Amino acid sequence: MRRWLLPLLLWLAMPVAVALPMAPALAVQPDEMLADPALEARARAISKDLRCVVCQNQSIDDSDAPLARDLRIVVREQLTQGSSDTETMDYIVQRYGHFVLLKPPVEPATWALWLGPFAVLGFGGMGLWLWSRGRHPADVVPLTPEEAVAIASFTDSPTP
Amino acid sequence: MKRLIFILPVFAFVALIAVFGVGLTKDPKELPSQLIDRPLPQFALPGIEAVPGGGPGFASASLKGEPLLLNVFASWCAACPQEHPVLTRIGEEGFPVYGIAWKDKPVDSRAWIERFGDPYKAIAADENGRTAIDLGVTGVPETFIVDRNGRVRFKQIGPISPETWKGKIKPLMLKLRAEA
Repeated sequence: MRRWLLPLLLWLAMPVAVALPMAPALAVQPDEMLADPALEARARAISKDLRCVVCQNQSIDDSDAPLARDLRIVVREQLTQGSSDTETMDYIVQRYGHFVLLKPPVEPATWALWLGPFAVLGFGGMGLWLWSRGRHPADVVPLTPEEAVAIASFTDSPTP
Repeated sequence: MKRLIFILPVFAFVALIAVFGVGLTKDPKELPSQLIDRPLPQFALPGIEAVPGGGPGFASASLKGEPLLLNVFASWCAACPQEHPVLTRIGEEGFPVYGIAWKDKPVDSRAWIERFGDPYKAIAADENGRTAIDLGVTGVPETFIVDRNGRVRFKQIGPISPETWKGKIKPLMLKLRAEA
């Protein structure tokens, strides 16, 4: 038991070890933050789901781009004015499009994206099934009398 | 038939490579504008003059009556000097060009205009960048083509090259002029 305990622990600790040095410096500046911790938490959560249009693989919560900062401030303004989370998201989406949503919504334009993997899995499974259905053990063909005699001649002969 | 099934994954792979290959030729920075065929968002901005408040700029309501170009620029923008002669030429050809100085101090915008010349009919200062967010601006320069009813018809991301002007935007402007 002890033999696999250490590798297991190491394996479990791996994501932490990998993630720790990569933890990014906080892009959100103190002067942007809202005094109300609940509102600020909502703002952070929303910002994490909005793509920065300057550095496109970062969320506006991660990005140091000036435009990302402006958008974080807009998000906080919307929340302070009493907008709901979805209303705040919509405000940004209206201006920059669905591209800014890091998690694309399920809609006709994104069906291929959401359902594609399952379709591939389905087709693959179907192919596998069709392929395996065509394979069955070969029928046992009985020996012809000549073959039987030939084999008997080998097996009955005394070993040298 | 049986062989076909085994070759199918190869075809699928080639098709996938083709799709990704085409995807590589596209610029992810060129976000489709949300404003196409929609009216300009409402704004009223001050100018960049050396008077308190910046002097008169312009408002979205005034950008009506004839097709025009609305150019977003900044003194700190590296590609803007490259685009500048094209804007000057567009102005000389008789098409109105309006400028929005994005996230730029009016004093810097003024110095920039003095250095390169003023191709604009009017310049407005969007110092805090809020109008640009309403316009869906992602960087400078960007240019909106606005028809006589104040609706956005086209958005150019990045500088307008002489070729883009001659081949794409000028024909569009002439078409918009011909529209009733």
